[in-house]
Amino acid sequence: MENEAGALSRVAGLFSARGYNIESLTVAPTEDDTISRMTIVTTGSEEIIEQITKQLNKLIDVIKLVELTDGEHIEREMLLIKVKAKDKVKDEITRLCEIFRGHIIDVSEESYVIEVSGDSEKLDAFIKSLGKMEIIEVVRSGVSGIARGSRSLDV
Amino acid sequence: MELTGAEIFVNSLKDEGVKHVFGYPGGAVLHIYDALYQQTDVEHILCRHEQGAAHAADGYARSSGKPGVVLVTSGPGATNAITGIATAYMDSIPMICFTGQVPTSLIGNDAFQEVDSIGITRPCVKHNFLVKDVKDLATTIKKAFYIATTGRPGPVVIDIPKDVTAQKCEYSYPKKISMRSYNPVVKGHLGQVKRAVKLMLSAKRPMIYTGGGVILDNASKSLIDLTRKLGYPITNTLMGLGAYPATDKQFLGMLGMHGTYQANMAMHQSDVLIAIGARFDDRVTGNIEKFCPTAKIIHVDIDPASIAKNVKVDIPIVGAVGAVLKEMLSLVKESKTSPDKEALKEWWKQIEEWRSMDCLKYDRDSAIIKPQFVLEKLYEVTKGDAFVTSDVGQHQMFAAQFYQFDKPRRWINSGGLGTMGFGLPAAMGAQMANPGEQVVCVTGEGSIQMNIQELSTCKQYNLPIKIINLNNGYLGMVRQWQEFFYQNRYAMSYMEALPDFSKLAESYGHVGMKIEKPGDVEGALIEAMKLKDRLVFMDFITDQKENVYPMIPAGAGLNEMILI
Repeated sequence: MENEAGALSRVAGLFSARGYNIESLTVAPTEDDTISRMTIVTTGSEEIIEQITKQLNKLIDVIKLVELTDGEHIEREMLLIKVKAKDKVKDEITRLCEIFRGHIIDVSEESYVIEVSGDSEKLDAFIKSLGKMEIIEVVRSGVSGIARGSRSLDV
Repeated sequence: MELTGAEIFVNSLKDEGVKHVFGYPGGAVLHIYDALYQQTDVEHILCRHEQGAAHAADGYARSSGKPGVVLVTSGPGATNAITGIATAYMDSIPMICFTGQVPTSLIGNDAFQEVDSIGITRPCVKHNFLVKDVKDLATTIKKAFYIATTGRPGPVVIDIPKDVTAQKCEYSYPKKISMRSYNPVVKGHLGQVKRAVKLMLSAKRPMIYTGGGVILDNASKSLIDLTRKLGYPITNTLMGLGAYPATDKQFLGMLGMHGTYQANMAMHQSDVLIAIGARFDDRVTGNIEKFCPTAKIIHVDIDPASIAKNVKVDIPIVGAVGAVLKEMLSLVKESKTSPDKEALKEWWKQIEEWRSMDCLKYDRDSAIIKPQFVLEKLYEVTKGDAFVTSDVGQHQMFAAQFYQFDKPRRWINSGGLGTMGFGLPAAMGAQMANPGEQVVCVTGEGSIQMNIQELSTCKQYNLPIKIINLNNGYLGMVRQWQEFFYQNRYAMSYMEALPDFSKLAESYGHVGMKIEKPGDVEGALIEAMKLKDRLVFMDFITDQKENVYPMIPAGAGLNEMILI
């Protein structure tokens, strides 16, 4: 969509005005700084999704829209999580990080900050795997998506 | 040469071909008003309330097809205009509304008369712009007119901070504009149109159902050609009246909640429904589960989001209705198959049976004035040729039922939003756009009081509107629902302390009349219409208990009408 002030609020406003769900929404400028790319994760029946697609296309700021779930695609989300890390728990955390291909990116006397990216289910699984460990803070970026293969969202 | 933002504003309107602006001045737009004062190409009409200004611009647009232009100040100027903007949005009316804004340095500061006009108008505009740099002003105005008038039309708001109107830059108005994110379609997909025509020609019980889209696209002629060629029955929505001549045999009247029995029954029993520029509004469909159970549906609309929104469609066609209708007509002419004459004969026989129920009958011998009678007489006296605006309520439905609209753009009402207070200012706009034509505002004592201050505007600009006030002392439609569904508990629907409307009109400098007997109705109308250069306020004291029939109650299907 056009990288204009207010473009995001038009999308958010549309969803709330028409009672659609937003599970997550991410947006940032692309290599062309006049254009922003937005990934929206939403749910609804086939008819609802069709209406959402049409209503979004109607927004003047929207340049092009694709439904990624129509074809093969990749979803990625990033998780930053701060956990209590003392004594022998540290080894356990390090091991889990390796399994989930995460990174410990900040270390203090009592806590670690871990970065993990992947699809949302993987992040859920990672959080679950931390089990009894004490989670201090969780930040998730929301999903970004792109189609597999040569299919692309050109403007 | 460098011009100020205010001068650029005025020049842009001039270059866009704008002749009239409806508005109200205030602090944030004083530079603009000063620039308007120093020229004569663009005439500014001073309304008495920003809502009135927006409705006037709306009536101007509906009656002429040209976009309506509004100019108001920041803060309360903008918020007062919102109802007018939302009214235009719901009925897809091309309108450009300029709102003043506090200087850019003060935006977000809770400054005097500051409101977030962009935020507050966002859900009721096709698009809106905040102009932060004078260099963007002319291009933004061009874009606004382009967006408002193309595709599915609608209102566009441009918010202009005061300092931008004082800044200077070189002026040039773009001749053309293109936007990568906005390219409305015109032609329908040919394959789909062919499929639609094939289905149309195979119909045994066809029905054509058309809406405001036909009027907005000036496609009335094409609709008439196609409908006559096919010989199929046709109905119009409240917004679509006039697109097909109401006095024509093939016309079954309006459909929907207060539509005719024959139109609703024909819809319900049709096997092929041809929907053109209509949006299956809940007032049209009744209970959606029971809607047209045996019909295959063709839906032509310029807005893809209108298709399959409420009702599943068999053949969707996205395109401008005029272009699609023309394409359909030429395909029908070329086609080797023609409509099934035998089946049509049977179908028309059934329809005439429904029509003979005379669902709009009312007591013609009443000693009290019946609202229906006033509208019948109005139709006769004006020879069906007036521009008729209305407010919202019983009088609106009676006007839609009893004034036979043979031409498009003659029936002007707030169909989608249902805005009381629309009628009088809309009539002002219609009169400005059509000088010398007969403009009539059909209203009630409830609605007229929502923008009655505009009588003063009518005096200032000598607008010889004829106001038909159907005064039953009740908010009639509310009272009717309370009678039907709330056991006659008339909560707040009785209007105590009404003014003497004829004297009120006289105090504004107009002619006032009070009509209390059925025998005086026609004479009063004739007398009023003769006063060609005066506004006449006709206060008809009508039956307090009259209801609008027929009616589809909430939750019922089109075949479950209550007849009188």
